[in-house]
Amino acid sequence: MKTGEQIGISKHPPDGQEIVSERRAQKDPAWVQWSLTAIALVVVGVLIVVPVVNVFAEALADGVGVYWKNLFADPDTLQSITLTLSVVPIALLANVLFGVSAAWAISRFSFPGRTLLVALIDLPFAVSPVVAGLMLVLIFGLQGYLGEFLRRDGYSIMPYLISTLGAVLAIVGYFLFRPSNAHARRGLWKHPFLVLLVGGSAVFGILFFVQDYWTLWPVHKSLKIIFAFPGLVLATAFVTFPFVARELIPVMNAIGPEEELAAVSLGANGWQMFWHVTLPNVKWGLAYGVILCNARAIGEFGAVYVVSGHIAGKTDTMPLRIEKLFQEYNLPGAFALASVLTLVAVLTLFAKSKLERKAPSVVSVPEANHTGGQV
Amino acid sequence: MIVNLRSVAVLATSLLLMGGCKARSEASAEQPAASVESPKAPKELELLNVSYDPTREVWRDFNNTFIPVYEKETGTKLSIKQSHGGSSTQARAVIDGLEADVVTLASYLDTDAISKKGLIKPDWLNRLPNQSLPYTSTIIFVVRKGNPKGVKDWPDLVKSGVEIVTPNPKTSGNGYLAFFSAWGSVTVRGGSRDDAVKFITQLYKHVPVLDSGARGATTTFVQKKIGDVHLAWENEAHLEVLEAKGDLELIYPPISIRAEPHVAVVDANVDRKGTREAAEAYLKYAYTEAAQEIFAKHYYRPSNEAILKKHADSFPELKLFAITEIAKDFSEAHKQYIGEGGVFDTIYKPKK
Repeated sequence: MKTGEQIGISKHPPDGQEIVSERRAQKDPAWVQWSLTAIALVVVGVLIVVPVVNVFAEALADGVGVYWKNLFADPDTLQSITLTLSVVPIALLANVLFGVSAAWAISRFSFPGRTLLVALIDLPFAVSPVVAGLMLVLIFGLQGYLGEFLRRDGYSIMPYLISTLGAVLAIVGYFLFRPSNAHARRGLWKHPFLVLLVGGSAVFGILFFVQDYWTLWPVHKSLKIIFAFPGLVLATAFVTFPFVARELIPVMNAIGPEEELAAVSLGANGWQMFWHVTLPNVKWGLAYGVILCNARAIGEFGAVYVVSGHIAGKTDTMPLRIEKLFQEYNLPGAFALASVLTLVAVLTLFAKSKLERKAPSVVSVPEANHTGGQV
Repeated sequence: MIVNLRSVAVLATSLLLMGGCKARSEASAEQPAASVESPKAPKELELLNVSYDPTREVWRDFNNTFIPVYEKETGTKLSIKQSHGGSSTQARAVIDGLEADVVTLASYLDTDAISKKGLIKPDWLNRLPNQSLPYTSTIIFVVRKGNPKGVKDWPDLVKSGVEIVTPNPKTSGNGYLAFFSAWGSVTVRGGSRDDAVKFITQLYKHVPVLDSGARGATTTFVQKKIGDVHLAWENEAHLEVLEAKGDLELIYPPISIRAEPHVAVVDANVDRKGTREAAEAYLKYAYTEAAQEIFAKHYYRPSNEAILKKHADSFPELKLFAITEIAKDFSEAHKQYIGEGGVFDTIYKPKK
C-alpha cells in the first residue's frame, strides 16, 4: 500500500486532486490491512517459524553436551557430515563450470539447438529427483547399459576419459588465450589447426602415458559409480544442474555484449575479456546461483536416496542419515543433524539477502528481464 | 619448415602413444599375479550385509560379537558395514550392483530375485542349516492399553468400529505377511477360498491408511495414535510395547504365518572381492548358541529349539503355518494374492 502511494505521488506530483482520489482508491480500511497482515504472520509463523525453531528446541532438549555428542560421537553421523562436505563442493564446481559456459553460449551466440539447450537446462527442475536417481541406476547399475562393462574393468576407461578431458581443456585454453587481433598473433598462435592436432594429441598422449606408467588406476577392478561416491556426486550435480545457468542467463542477457565487444576490439584475448569484463559484471548473479545451488545440493534427498545403497558409515549423506536416525527412534540424534542442515539454510537465507542488498540491480534483474525477451 | 615441424610432432605423438600402450600391456601382465595373491592373506576385510529395515539393532549386536571371534580364529580383522531399507528395495539394489557379501532380507522372494539374476547360486536355500533360516518371525497384534475393542483373534478385526493399521502389501514385507496371515487364519482353519476373500475384503475396509513400510505404520499407530490394532512383526511389536511404557499391549492370535527371513552369501560378489571365506563364516556363526541368544534378545524366534524354549515367556506358543499351506511357495503366493491383478487388487479400493 505504501508503494502505491509512492507511485501515485511520483506519477502526478503537481495535481493534488488526483493524489487524494488515487489514495482513497488504493487505501483499504484499517481492519483489512491489519487482518491481512495478521493472517500472513500467523501462516508464516505456523508453517515456517515454529517448525524451524522446534528443530533446534528438540535438538537441544537434552542440553548442549548431548547435542554435541549426538553430532560428533557417532562415527556414522560424523562420516555423513564429511561425506556431504566432500560431495557438494565437487558437484558445485562441476555446475559452476557448466553453468558459466552454458550461460555464455546461450546469451552470446545463436546456434542451432539453442532453444533446445535452454529447455534441457531446465529438465532437472521438471524431473522428479527419484527419477533422476533411477536414470543413473539404469545407466550404471549392474543390469544397466554400462553395468557389465563397469564391473569387468571399469577403470580401463579412466585413462581415455582423463586424457580426452585434458586434450579438450588444452584446446579450449589455446583459443581462450589466443590474441584476438589477427595481426598480433605470432609463432604458434598463427597455426590453430596445427596446434589443435599436434598439441591435442600430445596432451592426450602424455596424460595417457603418465596414467599408465604409474598405473594410477587399478587394473582388473571395477569402477563403482552407483552405490558409491561418484554416484552421489552425479546425482547431486544432476539435480542442482540448472541453478547457476538459470541465474546467469538473464544477467548476461541484460548486460549485453557491448562491453565485451569493446574489450575484444581493444585487443583482449578470450580469457582477459572473461576475467576482466564478463566475470566482474556477473559476479553477484554467479554468487547467487552458487548459494542456491549449494543449499539445494546439501539438502538433496530423493536422487541420492536411490543411488546411495544406504551403507551406514559409507554412503549415507546428511539427509539420508537423518532419515535413518529417525527410523531408529533416535530422535535427538536426528534433530541434532537436522539442526545443522537448518543452520545451513538460515545462513543461505542470510547470504542471499546480503547479496540482494549488495547488488540489487543485478540480482533483481532476472525476474524483470525474464519475460522481457532476450537481447 | 611447417611441414617439418608437423611431421616431427606427429612422430613424437605416435611414439608417446606407443609408449603408453606398451606400459599398459606390461602393467596388465603383472597385475593378475598380484590380484591372485592378495585374497590369500588379507589382514583386513570389509563385509557388507544388506538387510531389511527392522534388523538394524540385531545385526549391530551380532557384528560386534562376531568381529572379535573371527579375528581370534583367523587373524583377519573384519569391518562389517550394514545397509538397511525396504526389503524389496534392498534386493533391487543388490541386483543393480550394490556389492553385498551377504543378504539377510525379509523374505524368500527377495533373495530368490537376486538368485534369479545369477548373483546367488540356485542351490542357496540348502547351503545353510534349517533352510538358511537362523531365525524366524511372525505377525502379531498390538492393541491399546486394556484392549478396549476386545481383539483376541483374527475374526475380531472386522468387528464394527475396529480400525487396523498395516502397511501396504504391495510395497512392504510386513504388509503382505499380514495379508497372508489373515488369509491363512481362514483357510488353514478350514474355511473356503470364498470365506477368505470375504474376510480379507472386510479387513482392508477397516484400514484407514496404508503406509508404505513397517516403520511408517508403526509411526502411524504409535505417534499419530491412529487405529486400534497394529498388525506388526513380532520383534517390532515387542519393541513398540516396551517403548510405550504401558500404553500398548501385545496380543497373540491363536494362529499366524511363519515369516522366513532367509540369509544367503552373494556368490558373485564374494568371489570377485575374495571375501567368500569370511562371508560364509559370518552366516555360519548365526547358528551358534551365542548368536541365537542375540536373536532371542531382539525378539526374533531362534531356530535352535533349546534356546527358543529358554525364552518361552518372550515367545508364547501359537500355531505358525508355513506359506506352503496357502500357496505352492512364496513367489506363487505373491503372484496369486498381491501381484498385478491378484486378490488384493480385486478387493482393495483406496479410500477417498
